[in-house]
Amino acid sequence: MPENIKVNVHHVTRVEGHGNIVVDVRDGTLEKCELQIVETPRFFEAMLRGRPYQQASHITSRICGICAVGHATASLRATERALQVQLSEQTKLLRRLAFHGEILDSHILHVYMLVAPDFLGVGSVIPLATSHPDIVKRALRMKKFSGDLCQTIVGRHTHPIAMTVGGFTHFATVQELVELRERAEALIADVDATVELFGTLPWPAFERETEFIALVQPDDYGLIDGKIGSSDGYELELDDYRQVTNERLAPHSTAKHAAFNRDSYMVGALARYNLKHQHLSPRAKAAAAHLGLSAPCYRPYLNSAAQVVEIVHCIDDVIQVLDTLIERGIEREDPAPVTLSPHARGVGACDVPRGILFHEYQIGEDGLIEEANCVIPTGQNLANIDRDMRALVPSILTEPEEQITLKLEMLVRAYDPCISCSTHFLNVEFTGK
Amino acid sequence: MSAKPKIAFFDFTSCEGCQLTVIDALQTHLGLLDLVEIVQFREAMSEKGQNYQIAFVEGSCTRKSDEARLLAIREQASAVVALGACAHLGGVNSMKNRWPIENVQTYVYGQNGKDAYESYPARPISAVIKVDAVIPGCPIDRHEFLRVVQMMLQGRTPRLPDYPLCVECKLRENACLNTLGILCLGPITRAGCEAICPSYGDGCEGCRGWHPEANFDYMREILRGHGLSDHEIDARFTMFNHYQMEQMSGHAPLSEAVAPVTDTSLPTSSFAAPKED
Ligand code: SF4
Ligand code: SF4
Ligand code: SF4
Repeated sequence: MPENIKVNVHHVTRVEGHGNIVVDVRDGTLEKCELQIVETPRFFEAMLRGRPYQQASHITSRICGICAVGHATASLRATERALQVQLSEQTKLLRRLAFHGEILDSHILHVYMLVAPDFLGVGSVIPLATSHPDIVKRALRMKKFSGDLCQTIVGRHTHPIAMTVGGFTHFATVQELVELRERAEALIADVDATVELFGTLPWPAFERETEFIALVQPDDYGLIDGKIGSSDGYELELDDYRQVTNERLAPHSTAKHAAFNRDSYMVGALARYNLKHQHLSPRAKAAAAHLGLSAPCYRPYLNSAAQVVEIVHCIDDVIQVLDTLIERGIEREDPAPVTLSPHARGVGACDVPRGILFHEYQIGEDGLIEEANCVIPTGQNLANIDRDMRALVPSILTEPEEQITLKLEMLVRAYDPCISCSTHFLNVEFTGK
Repeated sequence: MSAKPKIAFFDFTSCEGCQLTVIDALQTHLGLLDLVEIVQFREAMSEKGQNYQIAFVEGSCTRKSDEARLLAIREQASAVVALGACAHLGGVNSMKNRWPIENVQTYVYGQNGKDAYESYPARPISAVIKVDAVIPGCPIDRHEFLRVVQMMLQGRTPRLPDYPLCVECKLRENACLNTLGILCLGPITRAGCEAICPSYGDGCEGCRGWHPEANFDYMREILRGHGLSDHEIDARFTMFNHYQMEQMSGHAPLSEAVAPVTDTSLPTSSFAAPKED
């Protein structure tokens, strides 16, 4: 066993962003273990100042190409809550479809292209295409569906076009919805096969108790709006989000760190599973059981398993929402009206693939944005990732350096950090001397 | 294997949406992998090859250290392609150029955090290195990406359309949004996306950049007709093209309201900044 370890993985690949993991062990003691964010920050909040509110969702979707619909949705909700906009039922249903399209796209990308190669022992999805062509083809079929779902509803996943304050600028036809419905139904075999595949993977056993935060609604696994729920037994209004996120600057990272009741908390699929598993579709519940999930689950590696469960749930929910819309028919509604008033504030929140996302704006009577704040999921997870790594490293110190590196990379990947958001992420740096 | 041209992807300040669009394009056109060998693509693979002929660069140059990386890429590659509006124009990143950099840094990271991260005004990569081809858009159009790659493999120079977006929009027989009360920058924007935004009922925001004959005065008149103030018009002109407008200032001056702020005082609001301990 090495006494001094130096892990230094620069630009950990296969997370959407850049970061470094730095581990420093001297004489068998862990001196330092942290996730460093190295990418340049982008300053979206500052840029929004003075912009017409109509531009906000289009600008902020460009925070992240993967969570583009999520940022647009949180942005629209913040604007709509500031400007007292009442949404129609149809708008809510259509937004839900686009949102699910993104969750599916992101989760499929993450579990198949980023997580599976680790377990199947290949460097990336490109050799995977040769070694396991059926798996890659299945992933591509599922991804194609989620992309087409977004395209039908909002024109494009990255970056959505037809979502606007108060509603939509384009409406899918019932015929298009019927076709999507058929394709979703046909995809269930692929979804089942996904659950099978991930059910066979040996998830590392590491666990650490922590606080989980997700959006909660009384009787739905809802991902847009709701209240802020904590596994430590709290429920807060969205307007009080700052009490939860409590952002502080960590010296080693460009993202701001967050802490609520403990010194860190976790957001994302596992947090959602822990807080609202009772509202999952029956098939998703069965998938969770098959994947070895039971609440409360404190194993961060299983965040990827919870994503698989959400793939199942989202497909089921997509089918249900499509049925509702097909039955109601689609009306070409004008966007709901806004009410401008001085210094109007609004908070928008949604649970995007990587966890709870907040946007808050203050909009002037002239319709120009005065203040803006965006709190991204990865930023909220950073402190928790640091603490997980610190708990994990001592237990694996006897393993070869490549193993330690792989396990740390896999841990960080399990959180699915999307660093383009705050900025970007990932490298492991073992710096012992 | 070795006969295939090697291509590599790099990202600077961006949302990575253009790289995702490339992944999407590869999904439907796997045949491309028979023609080229991808040696670097951080978003999709762990492997890193240093030997490549064509470099696709996503993102803007927003700090001093980006320059050295760009120069190294230029040194290695026989052709550099700007991938998307961030690399091509400065894109959304350049909206921050309106303020002195300390102002934006303080707004987002507070007094204590403002110096923690290196940053300077955003620029397109062509401000630092020679660029051989451009794939415009925010994000890029996947078909255009495939076309450009094919042309480059055949040794041809891809050319961008030099006419306004309205031409494509009319071909799609869309009703003109500007006549329906929805503002659209199609008349000054370079064509090539098949007018995707107007086709989904939303006005063009100019993500492909301006076409060479763009008439800004005419565009301003149309937008004034929608009841927009000069400030709002400039906000529209600068969503993707702030850097371009700065460069063109003699020909298309921005109004006071959006012109770079020269006041160097720092923001006092802590709306976005983290708590200071
Ligand atoms: S051009 Fe747009 S889509 Fe492409 S990286 Fe930049 S912000 Fe993202
Ligand atoms: S909608 Fe826009 S792009 Fe289309 S014709 Fe009108 S101004 Fe031109
Ligand atoms: S319509 Fe305009 S904003 Fe939309 S993709 Fe084309 S050039 Fe960009």
